[in-house]
Amino acid sequence: MLVYDHPGVMMKITGMFARRGFNISNISVGHSERPGFSRITIMAEGDEATIEQIIKQLHKLIDVVKVQHLDPQRTTMREASLVKVNVKDNQARQEIMTLVEIYKGKVIDVTSKTMTLEIVGTQRKVDSFIDLISEIGTIKEIARSGVLALYRGEESITLD
Amino acid sequence: MNGSEIITKILKDTGNTTLFGYPGGAIMPFFDQLYSEDQIRLILVRHEQSAGHAADGFARASGKLGVCVTTSGPGATNLVTALANAYYDSSPVLAFSGQVSTWLIGNDAFQEADVVGSTMAVTKQNYQVKDVDKLGRVFKEAMYIATTGRPGPVFIDLPKDIQTADCTMADPIPETVELISYNPRVFSKGASLQIKRSLDILMNAQYPVIIAGGGVALANANKELEELVNLMRIPVVYTMMGKGVLSDDHPYVLGMLGMHGRKRSNFAVSEADAILALGTRFSDRITGDLSHFPGQPNAKIIQIDIDTAEIGKNVPIDVPIVADLKLALQEFLDQVKRRLADPKNGTMKSWWYKYIKELKESSGIPDASRPGKTGRIVPEKIMFELNKILRPDDIVVTEVGQAQMYAAHYLNLRKPRTWISSGGLGTMGFGFPASIGAKVAKPGSEVWLVAGDGSFQMNLHELATVKQNDIKVNIIIVNNQYLGMVRQWQELLYEKRYSYTCLACKDGHYYPDFVKLADAYGLEGTRVEKPDQVAEALVQARKAEQTYVIEMMVEPESNILPMLLPGGALNQFYSRRKEKKSIYDWYYRLPRTDAEQNDYKVERISKEEDDVNVFFEE
Repeated sequence: MLVYDHPGVMMKITGMFARRGFNISNISVGHSERPGFSRITIMAEGDEATIEQIIKQLHKLIDVVKVQHLDPQRTTMREASLVKVNVKDNQARQEIMTLVEIYKGKVIDVTSKTMTLEIVGTQRKVDSFIDLISEIGTIKEIARSGVLALYRGEESITLD
Repeated sequence: MNGSEIITKILKDTGNTTLFGYPGGAIMPFFDQLYSEDQIRLILVRHEQSAGHAADGFARASGKLGVCVTTSGPGATNLVTALANAYYDSSPVLAFSGQVSTWLIGNDAFQEADVVGSTMAVTKQNYQVKDVDKLGRVFKEAMYIATTGRPGPVFIDLPKDIQTADCTMADPIPETVELISYNPRVFSKGASLQIKRSLDILMNAQYPVIIAGGGVALANANKELEELVNLMRIPVVYTMMGKGVLSDDHPYVLGMLGMHGRKRSNFAVSEADAILALGTRFSDRITGDLSHFPGQPNAKIIQIDIDTAEIGKNVPIDVPIVADLKLALQEFLDQVKRRLADPKNGTMKSWWYKYIKELKESSGIPDASRPGKTGRIVPEKIMFELNKILRPDDIVVTEVGQAQMYAAHYLNLRKPRTWISSGGLGTMGFGFPASIGAKVAKPGSEVWLVAGDGSFQMNLHELATVKQNDIKVNIIIVNNQYLGMVRQWQELLYEKRYSYTCLACKDGHYYPDFVKLADAYGLEGTRVEKPDQVAEALVQARKAEQTYVIEMMVEPESNILPMLLPGGALNQFYSRRKEKKSIYDWYYRLPRTDAEQNDYKVERISKEEDDVNVFFEE
């Protein structure tokens, strides 16, 4: 969705979810292509009626300019994740590097005891990467961006 | 211009020259400006909550924006209940309060509170103004949002320094405002097609019913509704918020439905095969258990509402129409007239409307002239006597609880905006300040407040406001010495375990003495203990020059019946003698075939005098 870039807008949106008992699985926020407007992507769970209510209630918020339910079939989605993992020996380090390569991730920081990995992909890809890494070393920290999504093709959610 | 001057200029330019408010430190610059504004009148209340309710009452009675102003911190948090109440009942209210100066915000300064945060969930929109150049825009935007689309309260947090800051712009007040994110949708071509579909359903239905909600009054669509009803001859039931949108005298108006609705109304909705819902959100008070609504599983439901989010929220809808009700009903009328003009299209099914008259007369009118078992008045009596003297322009305002439901069930009102009652939030303490707002909005109308003794005590200090500002309200306190509605539930559902609902002392004495209380405020009043004194007291109140308090001593354990079984369907309720009954103990199920129609007995199954207060006999 597109929202005004005002103070308090996030609180209005998350407050509406909390108040009406809707669940946010993840959320990502940032500037949009248009100054003064932010783009928010929320992943929420619920049956069709719940999703419909969520869209309607979001639409009702005056600071929300545009809302759409993105059909996963017609949407490109990515999530970025940083994973800090404890590495016990060189063999583990090698195994992790192999996995990072397979998943087209990056090693962005290394110490004698830890590695920090970057991975970008669909939520499923990030999930399975984290699963596999956790089998090799103890995961210390995970930071996930929440899902970023845009329609495939020329369709888009813009002001025009 | 400084901030305060911008505000007063906007208020004057837009004709919003009546304010309800209460001063304090952080709003002093604005009040100082008011000192030299002779076009603006501020009604000084005695509690900020009352300022909000009075603005709400003003808005409901007039159809215009209600405005209230308070100071920061406690002044603003005291507004929260009033804003929530206005939000729930879609009432256009503009509230603004002072705030500590911008450089102190967030430092926990004296009388600082995060009111933008506190009011977020109970307003349609809210603002904090940190730049005086944006103040004019914010106020105009707030007024626009409050009064358009589905109306609602808007709150503005106004730091003290902004009230005195000089504006750098030559013209800080925009003529009009537009918002790309807010288009109060009025009517679309799609709605015409949906209305065509609706008519296909309604004209082919055997037992169509219209549910009129508060939205009809908000959209000023009562004329259109009346014409439609007369043309199509469809019976109308109304929600509590929809009381008055059509006259109770209208032959097709059956009365209120729902929790404490008329049996015939609940029967009509239970049996309907098509329901046209206008400006109502299908709250739990009118549907009963949702798994049994509608009563006829095949019934088709058409819902018209200006708020998309209300459509299908509680009940699945067959034909959703998002539109301004007035425009939608005008389109309805056009299409109905065209169809009825063409004989090929046939006419409305006739059997149902022949039966409506009998249905309308079928609710027994209790004989309430006898005293109850303890010798006191039964509350129905008050409503019957009030009905005799109510004039069409009289406004009835209620508090919340049993007295409210007696009034909603029994009073005959004839015009929209003559019924002012807290619906969604059910705010005890709303009625008295709202009646002040209503009287200020409509000085030529008589305003009656129907209050319980419990609710009245929640904001009784406003007696000082009516005295000081010379505002006349006829106050009827229905005193049963209990928090009656909760006591009624305790009686019916908690085996008479009256946990903290009795307001009388152990020795049976009741305080305060409301007549003495009125006297303390320099007002007159009287106590009525016998049924035959009720009428006279009401006339006396009307004749009085200033606010008059009638304390009606009613049966302590009187119940407002019928009452739906909590969690039950719309056709199951408590009736007299606290029995669980079905609507079908009173009415035959409606015939569904021609053969059945020929044999159908129109008279009711039970001739038993119903709706009678249980205290005549035990």
